[in-house]
Amino acid sequence: MTAKPFKRKAYWNEAELSWWERAYLFEILRGLGITGGVFMRNMWRWMTGRKGALTTYYPEETRPDYGRHNRGKHVLTQRPDGRAQCIACNMCATVCPAKVIEIDAAFDPDDPAHPKYPSRFEIDYSRCVFCGLCVEACPEDAIRMVKEVPDFPGADRHRMWLGKEELLGWKPQSDVAKPYPAKAGGAAKRGPA
Amino acid sequence: MIQDLVVYAVFIGYAIGVLMTFGLVLTWVERKQAAVMSDRIGANRAYLRIPFTNVKLVWWGLFHGLADGIKMILKEDFKPRTYDWYAYAVAPWVAFTPVLLVFAVIPFGGTLEPARLIPPLADWFGDRTYPMQIARLDAGLLIVFAFGGMTIIGAMLAGWSSSNKFSLLGALRAGSQMISYELVMGLTVLGLVLIYGTVDLGDIVKQQSGIILGILPAWGVFLQPFAATLFMAAAIAENKRIPFDLPEAESELIAGYFTEYSAMKMGLFMFAEFIEIAIIGALFTTLFLGGYNLPFMNDAGFVFPGNHVVELPYVLVFVIQLVTFLVKVFLMCSFQILVRWSLPRFRYDQVLRFAWKFMLPLALANLTVTAVAVWLLRSVNA
Repeated sequence: MTAKPFKRKAYWNEAELSWWERAYLFEILRGLGITGGVFMRNMWRWMTGRKGALTTYYPEETRPDYGRHNRGKHVLTQRPDGRAQCIACNMCATVCPAKVIEIDAAFDPDDPAHPKYPSRFEIDYSRCVFCGLCVEACPEDAIRMVKEVPDFPGADRHRMWLGKEELLGWKPQSDVAKPYPAKAGGAAKRGPA
Repeated sequence: MIQDLVVYAVFIGYAIGVLMTFGLVLTWVERKQAAVMSDRIGANRAYLRIPFTNVKLVWWGLFHGLADGIKMILKEDFKPRTYDWYAYAVAPWVAFTPVLLVFAVIPFGGTLEPARLIPPLADWFGDRTYPMQIARLDAGLLIVFAFGGMTIIGAMLAGWSSSNKFSLLGALRAGSQMISYELVMGLTVLGLVLIYGTVDLGDIVKQQSGIILGILPAWGVFLQPFAATLFMAAAIAENKRIPFDLPEAESELIAGYFTEYSAMKMGLFMFAEFIEIAIIGALFTTLFLGGYNLPFMNDAGFVFPGNHVVELPYVLVFVIQLVTFLVKVFLMCSFQILVRWSLPRFRYDQVLRFAWKFMLPLALANLTVTAVAVWLLRSVNA
């Protein structure tokens, strides 16, 4: 039995080279001209004090063009008196795939509507994957993500935690969902903030 | 005698210093040039901090080469359980040493006359002159090819003694590829040898300081443009760099013949590759770009077309020649890096077909044409 001779499939995008392209050397030279030209252009920019690259120096420069819905660092929303809206239900900590949220709940006898509040709320950004599940899980709209990224590049992972004070630093001028900023002269500040 | 020893010790120190510096700097140049070519920034984070101060010397990331070296020295030297431990340990050195030795016959400057350069030592040196070349051999070009061919042994040894399929495949590829391109390289240079009538590299450089056709410097690249192109291609293939990096094609063979090497042993292979870039640059400069001379320049000064003679003082000529050589070599290295970051890799069968069916016939044709032309010119002139 004789084997069938192998017949190569003809492809729809089969390359058709002219003799000039087949000679290889000239096209190679053209290619080198293109890459060399880019090199010269960028080098000239560097030498005249401009930036010859598209790269952003990450920690030193911040990009102005983060998307409106970019999932950056977390913030805790506030009640009118400035306390965290969080009720320490631990749903965000439970759903978090990277297990970066640590919450200590405490009892606040002065506020019968929200007797539970977080005495400690910390996020470990060295492990956070910025998936946004905590925001989705929150029943109280107490945790959100703003578009700015946390400013954290460093050599020490133990400094990549954000505590309650930093997370409460979000002071928007207006908000679609809640009456922000918190009304001045609201209820007197009670309990630990 | 002592004077000769001193001078040659200085030459050897200079040569090794230049090669090591090139090897170290080229690792940085390669990354940085690739980055600039592709709109990136490139390595820029390594720095030296001046002790007891907060002054950090970044210098555009120039110290990344140092950081790499330190990393390689400090890494664990992982050893595979191989049956041929001796060959395994020796292979990086076999690949590395010949690369350095090639430089021994390459002239890196004009004539050194210590008495004129350092007047206080004039009595001691007398009227001795030294061509700036470690080994002044009549068979210079042959030595280059002899040592260039020896690097194959290092690659083959490494691949064989690693007890690893990928290493062995890489070594086989390296062997066949390097032997094929060695042949092409030799044939392309033969044309030059016919024209210059010598294989002494110092002599070849001296002959290139003349003028041809009234305006062009008598550089090899103008006499043999075709051979220059072929030589460059064959030399890059010989050095196993992209587009000819089949022996270490990482998507197929992990790292080819040095897959099983780690730490400084792997570093030696890498370092040998980078030094070979400089060596190829030096060879190309010497054979095709007029060596250490600027166009129309010789040891006494310039002779421009139309017989304008410009005499230069000896010290100035000496410095110009040293610097010119380094600059030319650096530009050729930069060109090789440009090629490496522009072209995609060949398929293996294409590499060998390219060598045997394309470059070898072209080199032979070039040799034939050159031989006939030289013969015609000689018989016309005679």
